[in-house]
Amino acid sequence: MVDIVILPMRQLGQFSLGIIRSLGKAGIFLFTALVLIFIPPYKLYRVIKQIRFMGVNSTFIVLLTGIFTGMVLGIQGYYSLNKFAAESLLGPIVALSLIRELGPVLSALMVTARAGSALAAEIGIMRITEQIDALEMMALNPIRYLVVPNILAGIIAFPILAAFFGLIGIFGGYLVGVEMLGLSYGGYFGEMRNMVTMKDITVGFYKSISFGIIVNWVCCFKGYFTGYGAEGVSKATTEAVVVSSVLILVWDYFMASFFF
Amino acid sequence: MIVEMIEIENLHKSFNHRDVLKGVSLKVEKGEILAVIGGSGVGKSVFLKHISGLMRPDRGKIIVDGLEVARMRGKALERYRERLGFLFQGGALFDSMSVYENVAFPLREKTSLKENEIREIVYNMLEHVGMQEEGNKYPAELSGGMKKRAALARALITNPEIMLFDEPTTGLDPIIVNNVFNYIKATHQKLGFTGIIVTHQIPRVFTVVQRVALLSEGIIVASGTAEEIQASDNPIVQYFLSGGVREKTND
Repeated sequence: MVDIVILPMRQLGQFSLGIIRSLGKAGIFLFTALVLIFIPPYKLYRVIKQIRFMGVNSTFIVLLTGIFTGMVLGIQGYYSLNKFAAESLLGPIVALSLIRELGPVLSALMVTARAGSALAAEIGIMRITEQIDALEMMALNPIRYLVVPNILAGIIAFPILAAFFGLIGIFGGYLVGVEMLGLSYGGYFGEMRNMVTMKDITVGFYKSISFGIIVNWVCCFKGYFTGYGAEGVSKATTEAVVVSSVLILVWDYFMASFFF
Repeated sequence: MIVEMIEIENLHKSFNHRDVLKGVSLKVEKGEILAVIGGSGVGKSVFLKHISGLMRPDRGKIIVDGLEVARMRGKALERYRERLGFLFQGGALFDSMSVYENVAFPLREKTSLKENEIREIVYNMLEHVGMQEEGNKYPAELSGGMKKRAALARALITNPEIMLFDEPTTGLDPIIVNNVFNYIKATHQKLGFTGIIVTHQIPRVFTVVQRVALLSEGIIVASGTAEEIQASDNPIVQYFLSGGVREKTND
C-alpha cells in the first residue's frame, strides 16, 4: 500500500532531478563556451570554416524560403489590407514582419534543419568514435575546438542570413504587391521607408544573434552528450532539431515582448 | 633502484549499480610495459580511462609520478595529459583530416614548431610505423591495421613519458598483430616510455611486455612476469590462458 504512494512520488522526484541535472549541465556547457570565446588561442580557421558550412552553404535555401515568404506576405497582406482600403501600407507590413520576426525566425529554422542537424550528428559521431576523448588526451579542450567556433560562426552568420531573408522577402512582396496586384512602386517602398525604424532592424539583429547562439548551443550539446551507437546519434540529432526549433519560437516570444 | 611510475590503489567503479571495478590495485615501474589481460567486458578499457583521467573513480586512488589523477582539474590535468599518449581501441583518428594532418595535429596545437620542422618529425614517425606512403590518405581509406599504425604514430609524436594502449590489435590479422606489437616494442626501446597495454592477445603480448596482470571480475587476480603468469597454478589464470579449455575452479 505504501509502495503505491511512494513509488510514483519517487519516480516524479527522479524525473524532476533528471531535468534539473540536464538543465544545469547544458547551462554549464554554454557558460564554458561563452567564456572560452574571450580566452585565446582563437581558432580562426575553424570559425571561417563553420561560417562557410553554416552560413554560405545555407544561403540558397534561405533565399528560396525568403522570396516565397515575402510573396505570401504580399498576397495575404494585400487581401487583409484591402478590406480596410489600406493597401498602401503593404510595404511596411511586409518589411516589419520580415525584419522583426520572420527573417530571424525562419532563417534560423532553416539553418537548424540544414546545418544544426549535421552539426549534432558530426559531433555525436566524434563522441562515439572517441575522437572527443582523443582531443582531451592531447590536453586540448574539446569545447574550444568544437563548440566555440560554431557559436562564433552562428553569431556572425545568422544575422547576415536573416538580412538576406528580409531583403529577398521584401522583393518577393514587391513582385506580388506592385508587379502583380498593381500597387505603386513609390507607395510600396515610400511607406516602408517612413515606417521601418532603426529599432526594428536592431530588434531583428539581436534576435538573430541570440538564435545563432541557441541553435549552436543546443546542437553541439546534444551531439557532445550523445548516447551509444548509431541509435544514440540519431536520437541526439532529432532532439537537437526539435529542441532548437522549439527554443527559437519560445525565445522569439520573450524577445518580442521585451522589445515591444 | 625501482621507481614506481603508476600506482593504483583499491580502484572502484560502477555504472548503473553494476560494479565493474571492485578494488583494483596495481603498480607499474618506470620504463616498463605492463599488459593488463582479461576477457571482454571485464573493465580493462574502463581501468585505462581512469589512468588517463577520462573517467573518475567512485573510490580508490590513482597516483602517477606522485600526482593523484582523480583530484586533478583544469590546467593540472592538462599538464598531466601532455605527458601521456593514448592509443584508442578504434584509433580515434579525426575523419576530417588526412593521416599526415592527424599526426601533425598535436605538434601544431601544442608546440611552437615551424611547419617544415613538423613535416620532418611527422614523416620520420610515419616512416617508423611504415606509413610514409599513406600520409595523404583519409582515415576512411585505411585498413584496420593502417588505422592502428596511424593512431600509434599520432599518440607517439609528442614523445610521451607514459603510453596507454587500449586493445591495440583487436580485429587485426595475425601478421598485422605482429607488426603492431613490433612497432610498440621498437618504439619503447627507442623512447623508453612507461606503458600499459590492455589486450586479450595472448601469448603474443608476452614478448612485448615486462609484466602481466590478469583482470577478472573487477580485481587483479594475478600479476608477475610472463613466465610467472604462465606457470601460475591459479585456476582463473589457467582458465584464461587455456582459452577456457581447463576448468576455472577445482570443484
